[in-house]
Amino acid sequence: MAVTISIPTVMRKLVGGEAHVEAEGATLGAVLADLEAKHPGSTKNVVDGEDLYRFINVFVNDEDARLGGGLGTAVKDGDTVRIMPAVAGGAS
Amino acid sequence: MGDAELTDEQLDRFARHVNMLEIGREGQKKLLDAKILIVGLGGLGSPVSLYLTAAGIGKLGLLDHDSVELTNLQRQIVHDTSGIGRPKIESAAEKLNLLHPGTETVLHSAGLRTTNALELVAQYDIVMDCTDNFTARYVMNDATQIAGRPMVHGSIYQFDGRASVFMPGKGTPCYRCILPEPPPVEVTKAQGGPFGVLPGVIGCVQATEAIKLVLGLGTPLVGQLLGYDALEMDFFKLRTKWDPNCAVCGENPTITEIGSDYVFEEPAPLKIGPE
Repeated sequence: MAVTISIPTVMRKLVGGEAHVEAEGATLGAVLADLEAKHPGSTKNVVDGEDLYRFINVFVNDEDARLGGGLGTAVKDGDTVRIMPAVAGGAS
Repeated sequence: MGDAELTDEQLDRFARHVNMLEIGREGQKKLLDAKILIVGLGGLGSPVSLYLTAAGIGKLGLLDHDSVELTNLQRQIVHDTSGIGRPKIESAAEKLNLLHPGTETVLHSAGLRTTNALELVAQYDIVMDCTDNFTARYVMNDATQIAGRPMVHGSIYQFDGRASVFMPGKGTPCYRCILPEPPPVEVTKAQGGPFGVLPGVIGCVQATEAIKLVLGLGTPLVGQLLGYDALEMDFFKLRTKWDPNCAVCGENPTITEIGSDYVFEEPAPLKIGPE
């Protein structure tokens, strides 16, 4: 089940500069594990063992996965995953 | 303004609003009656303050304890060379008063602190989150949730930006629903930037959302996070959710006042107000 992961600009250097990476898996956790396998270290600030870190957001088909199924969120062929790190800049 | 009609000057100045079916005189009066607090007069606060002033917002609270520096002028367009070394709220007020003298600018020179956040927020209808650190964002989120005020959020980093609107109360997400914890310092260490024009885009989105809230027009970014990738010129909307376990807006809030427990490690020096 090929899923397209949108990689935020700050993480692109961890995945060879790509803005989108295809990954396989039936759950969000499996898809992120596949991303990690393809690009070791790319999910170090995304996945905390069995869960998503609480300081990052991941959206499956544009829906916040943390308050949905978390890493257990089911995904299927053609679904999208978007990783959104928290950013704080704005005044200085 | 109450029931007073628009003056001739206002009818002229705001003609392009008044002649829009969706706004008209009634809408322009609403803008002239509105009171909005802008927290941060830097990259985001610049376009926010300029466009809210141009729209005729009646009262703008300006909250920032920094002074203008040369490096700011790459993006903080409400300031200019003459403002270097001066407090940002003074520098901004000068420009805004020239743009629309009818917008009252209130200079909150004490800066943002946990001890004044609630009292400040209560004086305004809407709060604009134009800050540059997680601590201030959590303080303002909690203060607006507790005081029952909407907050228009904007944040940027390098080439990416995002914006959202947080309504007070249960059922719609606030900042903490989306981000229960801030990232550790090592994750967010600044790597240069921001791209100068980036806060211009997000700040304009924030100003748009604030004006829509005042007018009751369109669909605000409630339960939605607008994302912006400047390099790909990609705008996208993501659906965010209310967290019933949220510490400030959930079913059983544990944060019911602004205490002192807001010091997070920051990549930059903590900027929450002078001691």
